[in-house]
Formats: sequence, C-alpha cells, structure tokens
Amino acid sequence: MTHVRRSPEDIAANRARYEEHQRKGLEFAPKALPEASLLPAPEIAADKIIHREVIPGGWYWSTHIRKNEIFRVSLDHGFSTVSLVAWSAADTSERLNLPDTVKMQWTTALGKGRVIFSDMGRVMFSVTEDSSGAHDGLMGGSTFTSNAAKYGDGTRNTRDNLILLATKAGLDKRDIPSVLALFAPVRVDQDGAFLWKPELLHGHDYVELRAEMDMILGFSNCPHPLDPDPAYRPNPVTVTRMAAAKLADDDLCRTATAEAVRGFENNTLATM
Amino acid sequence: MTDFIQTAPGRTLENTMQDHFIAAEAPFSTVIRRGQTVRIEDTYGQQAIDTLFYNATDFSERYSNQDTMREQGAAYISTGTKVVSNEGRVMLTMTADSCGRHDTSAGACSCESNTVRFGHGTRYLHACRDNFVLEVSKHGMNKRDVVPNINFFMNVPIEPSGKMTIVDGISAPGDYVELKAEMDVLLVISNCPQINNPCNGFDPTPVRVLVWDSEA
Ligand SMILES: [Zn+2]
Repeated sequence: MTHVRRSPEDIAANRARYEEHQRKGLEFAPKALPEASLLPAPEIAADKIIHREVIPGGWYWSTHIRKNEIFRVSLDHGFSTVSLVAWSAADTSERLNLPDTVKMQWTTALGKGRVIFSDMGRVMFSVTEDSSGAHDGLMGGSTFTSNAAKYGDGTRNTRDNLILLATKAGLDKRDIPSVLALFAPVRVDQDGAFLWKPELLHGHDYVELRAEMDMILGFSNCPHPLDPDPAYRPNPVTVTRMAAAKLADDDLCRTATAEAVRGFENNTLATM
Repeated sequence: MTDFIQTAPGRTLENTMQDHFIAAEAPFSTVIRRGQTVRIEDTYGQQAIDTLFYNATDFSERYSNQDTMREQGAAYISTGTKVVSNEGRVMLTMTADSCGRHDTSAGACSCESNTVRFGHGTRYLHACRDNFVLEVSKHGMNKRDVVPNINFFMNVPIEPSGKMTIVDGISAPGDYVELKAEMDVLLVISNCPQINNPCNGFDPTPVRVLVWDSEA
C-alpha cells in the first residue's frame, strides 16, 4: 500500500501549534486554579435547597437537574465513595465523557475550577467547590465480580446500581458511561500503577458541581475497588440540590482555561 | 514499511486467516473467533490505532477501559493485559507487544473535542469518533455504543500530579501487538486521522491487521 507522507512543513506547523496549546494548558492559562475549598462546608440557606437526599451505603439514586443549579455531595456521615454518571436531558446519547475531560484539560486531577465534559465537546458540570480534589476518573466503580473477590457475594456494587438507575431512566446498560468516582483518592505512580492515598482526604469532605445543561444524574454509593478497607461498610452520603445562583461574569470555571472557554462556547452554540 | 516480524513458528504470512491493510485515517472492522490471535501492526511506526472490541454475539457486552484498568491495577496496557468487558469478562489477552506501552485513558479524537482542544477552526477535520460511528453503524449500533477505547501505540504518560499530555509515539515501523481472543469478538478500528497532536507524528499512516487460527 502506497502512502503519501504529509510535508515536513505541515507537520512542523501542527507540532508548533500543539506545543503552544500544551504549554498554555499546563500553565492553567490564563489564570491559576485555586486551592481546595475550606472545611467545614458552609451551611446552605434553607430557601436555596430544592431537595436533599441521603443515599444509604450501597444504594443508588437518580434525579434531574436544571442548568445552573448546583448539587453538593457531602460526607456528613463519614467516608464513602460516590460514583457519578450523567446524561443530557435533551438528548441522552450525549453523556459524561471522562477520556475527553482529562485529555482536554491536560490532567486527570479534577478539582475546584475544572469542568467535566460530554462526548459532544460541551461542558456538563463545573466543579465550583471541592475540599479534597481526591477523585478518580480513571478506574471507576465496583462490579459484582470485584466485590465478590473482595467481600464475598451479596454486597451491592456500582455496576449493578448503574444498570438499575439507567434502566429506570428509560436507558439501558449500553448507555452507561465510564464513571467519575467522587472521594476516591486515586493517583498513579511513574509506571502507571494505581495508588490509594487516603491522606488526600480530610473527613467530612464535600464537592459542589454546577449543572451547565439540563441533565439526568445518577449516583452510586459503593466502596471504590481500590478502597483498602477489607470490610464492606459504605456510609450514607448527602446530596443537596440547590437553586441556581446568578453567575458572575468572571466565573472561575467558565474562564480559568482556554479549553473551558471553548467548551462553553459549544454550550452556547447548542442552545442558539 | 518494514519486513514482517515472526513471533511464533506457525505464525507466518502464508497461513493467516485474515490479512488487512487499513488505509491512513480509515475505519475498519472484522470478527476474531475465540482462540484466534489478532496482530495489530504499526506498519510505518508512530501511528495511533484506536480500537474497540464487542462480544460478537451480544454487542451490549463491550470493551471497558475502566474495568480493564481496574483489573491491571494500572493505567497502561502491555503484554499480559487482560482486555476486560463491561460485564467483567476477559475478551482478549495481550500475548505479545514489541512497543511496551499503550493508552486507554485518553479516548478517541472527535470533531467536537478537537474544537475544545485546538480551537473551533479544527471542527471540520476527519476524526476517530466519526470513524467509529460509521463503522459500528454497519453492525446496527450507533453513537451510544461508542465507548472509551484502547489507543494502541499511543503514548499518554500520566504523572503522579495528574498531568497528562499526548506525546510522541515510541513505536517503530513494524511494531506490533498480539492478542488472543477469549470469546468471539467484533474488532473495530479507527486508524487515527488526528493531525493536531503527536499521537501519529501529525502524519497518519496505514496499519495492518493479521489473524491466525489457534494452532498458529
Ligand atoms: Zn484519532
């Protein structure tokens, strides 16, 4: 098979452009991302709360959320890991896409100031508050098999929880995207091996995500596969859905990086 | 391109069950039977070969990058890696790898993600997700079925800080991976057309797919 190579000039021009994007992306241009949110989490005014759900350990919950509303996931009852999935309410074929999220932002470390993308190049969430920055977008949730190997049979797992919640939303298991595990202090070493780093957590950590489109959200409250605790004892987690607040012109998540700015331009185009 | 590199006595070019060249930027699919070995060859070197697997008798069972990473306990793929489905079953086992590192964290390029990564001016460039959608549609599937994939020969180091960038591929012309199928699988490839990052040296090239029966 013959192949005509692209010209060295074309290649050099594209390489220069990539390196410029990479340099800016790694510098978090145009402005640096902030430190983690302070603990304890501030009280939420009663008139801001649309709904509060306490998901028991091992269980799942799903809900709709509207654009600009915020939900807080908080470990008020002790440590737990919460797996999150999401679909666009307008078209459920648009869903969470973690490979795009980490690739486009040049980092697997998702914390305050970062955004989470769909497969259509649009922003689904802004991470508006986050006390730990200890989340896992790589290896995801537990399954029947991973739980059986660790705890023996009979414990609830994230994979089955997601099948249940997706099915009840009129979707099926083909629709389940890779999951973002909140409060899973996973990092990789130089060889790519996963590490569990509990020192990144503080106890009573919380995260707040602002919806950047109308969505169906799904949560599963099961231990992360890397959680070293040999006992299966997920604590209840609290999810608080809050009314939309007016956005500042210089909103951190919408302006922190060139990638986020372009993502939000795609959001705007989608609704014009 | 280089001469064929033989990895087992019976695995010659003469006794292949399938031998395909995939043009630069093109999609491709074929079925690999249980027990067969598929070889994916980076014929010219430094190409990213975006790959998905589906259970050939039930497409709702498919490659899962998160389950695969969990089973490895690591983010990269190489010899010995079990390619795991969303049902937690082993679809294939990687039996040979002359390159040493492959990515499954960074997903496929798309027209949409290119706008975010490189600017809106790159929307109208051919991309892997378009290849995947077209190819899976031949098998009755659609965009919902396009899940995070393996990028054979793509080099995406992840640092302990989380820093993640696509860097120049380390594969030389003729480098290969071989995987033994543990079930009948539909193999779907997008031979990456990306010219905005170094996954393929900014220069997409043809690749080769070979399949041998279990005796080989
Ligand atoms: Zn590609």
